[in-house]
Amino acid sequence: MKELDPLVFLAVFQEMLGPLLWLMILVIVVGTAAFIALLLKERTINSRRLVRAELAGLVGGVLALVLMAKVSSSGFTDAGGPADWFLIALVFGLGLAGTAILVYTVMGWRSRPAA
Amino acid sequence: MYKDALAKMLDDSAKTALDRRSFLMLGAAGAGSLLLRPGSAQAAAKTKSAARIVIAGAGAAGLAAASYLAARLDGAKITLIDARKEHFYQPGFTLVAAGIKQSSYVVSTTREYIPGGVELIEERVAEFDPEGNKVVTESGTAVPYDFLVVATGLKLDYDAIPGMDTEQIGNNGLGSIYHSPAKAEATWRAMSDFADKGGVGVFLRPGTEMKCAGAPLKYTFITDDHLRRRGNRGKAEIIYNANNKALFSVPIVHEKVRMLFEDRGVKVNYERVLESIDLGKKLAVFKTPIGPVELQYDFINVIPPMRAPDSVRNSPLRWQEGGWANDGWIEVDKHSLRHKRFDNVFAVGDVAGVPKGKTAASVKWQVPVAVDHLIASIEGKESKAHYGGYTSCPLITRLGQAMLIEFDYKDNLTPSFPGVIAPLEELWISWVMKTMALKPTYISMLRGRA
Repeated sequence: MKELDPLVFLAVFQEMLGPLLWLMILVIVVGTAAFIALLLKERTINSRRLVRAELAGLVGGVLALVLMAKVSSSGFTDAGGPADWFLIALVFGLGLAGTAILVYTVMGWRSRPAA
Repeated sequence: MYKDALAKMLDDSAKTALDRRSFLMLGAAGAGSLLLRPGSAQAAAKTKSAARIVIAGAGAAGLAAASYLAARLDGAKITLIDARKEHFYQPGFTLVAAGIKQSSYVVSTTREYIPGGVELIEERVAEFDPEGNKVVTESGTAVPYDFLVVATGLKLDYDAIPGMDTEQIGNNGLGSIYHSPAKAEATWRAMSDFADKGGVGVFLRPGTEMKCAGAPLKYTFITDDHLRRRGNRGKAEIIYNANNKALFSVPIVHEKVRMLFEDRGVKVNYERVLESIDLGKKLAVFKTPIGPVELQYDFINVIPPMRAPDSVRNSPLRWQEGGWANDGWIEVDKHSLRHKRFDNVFAVGDVAGVPKGKTAASVKWQVPVAVDHLIASIEGKESKAHYGGYTSCPLITRLGQAMLIEFDYKDNLTPSFPGVIAPLEELWISWVMKTMALKPTYISMLRGRA
């Protein structure tokens, strides 16, 4: 890993996840699009929904860490330095943000027809 | 496209709301860029050639070379020669012997990595004839070539240790992780048994060049950790026997490992090479400057001397003098991997007679350089590609932590992530890379995509 080429990263992730990679990218792209569309349509942030989404996000963050521990046959208790704390924060943060955005979006679009 | 879409989006959102079409455009632009593959960049620059290229050996180096050559040449006849139908992901052997992975984790088939248009002859090369520009297979078939890439790997010379019997690996405290996936798993059973009972654990490395010189150290650390996790470290003595005066060829890494061994209570002996073994009596005899020394063991991880395969060793390709001549490593220029006496011959991977790194990471950086020089020869040009000896060793120091050590011919550390992943620090992130990212990177390399 002497040079960091984004295409190499893509190849590696494809090898790692197989078809799951495309599903993940699809979820990320569609989820983000639906989230932004929802924001623009509502032109406001529903704070009640946001709090619930953030609570779900906490669970998502923990799940991301558990998943990581499982696939790496180790755990965040093995952290030995700043780079490790950064990785833990990153994995937790991505799990939290991803889940929160998805839950907020799903709740928003589901409640709209009723409202 | 990006810029326009983004400008339109900002513009729109400033006015009222985002209109659906520009939104989709932005998404499509993003997805499109992700779909681009390295192959598409290389496809444009293919060199037309009718050259016959023979690659002896279809392990990591041979398969990667085939993929790189196939991607850059149009019309060349590329032939891989290897008898083994299974492909082994060797960097995973330590994890199998550590009880982390099953042996199936390291086994796949050679066929699944053969690039389109490349022929595979499922035989062993019996003879190299670089003067006659041909190789001869076991069945006596002569395969002529214009260019030869030797990637046969090396031979584990268990026969050089009197008393050693590979059939016994896994029994009676005998381990040897290098032999095969099955024996790596058998080694795990023997080591786990030792971690339950305690006793004397003997670790060593051979006096020859070897593949992944970090592996003997890793396995010492892993055994120490299993003993600790089971509360049996107090019942065990761990002895590491270095073949020379260092634990690792890179001085700064040697010092770090020396400190870690001291911290973990691992006793170190220098200048000891396993000479013979008595499996029944669990007795290992080491050659030392003061004569043979015996060590009684309850568990031993035998790592045999490593040499070039006989077909290479008996050929004119090997070094003619110096320390590498006897073991038969191929005489190549260490920066281009081109043979010093036969211009149309290259050697990559373990069999190459270069100073450092018989690892998959070395292969990853050697292959593109050798291929570039080979293709430049076809085109009648000079290549500037240069291999500086880069290699890497995720040195596991306990289960869940490793040091991501990367270095080159000059013994310099060459960290990929300076300031983020410290090379001499025991980190979880380095372990995560070893267990999660390394195999996908390796497979991408076989396919010529990394």
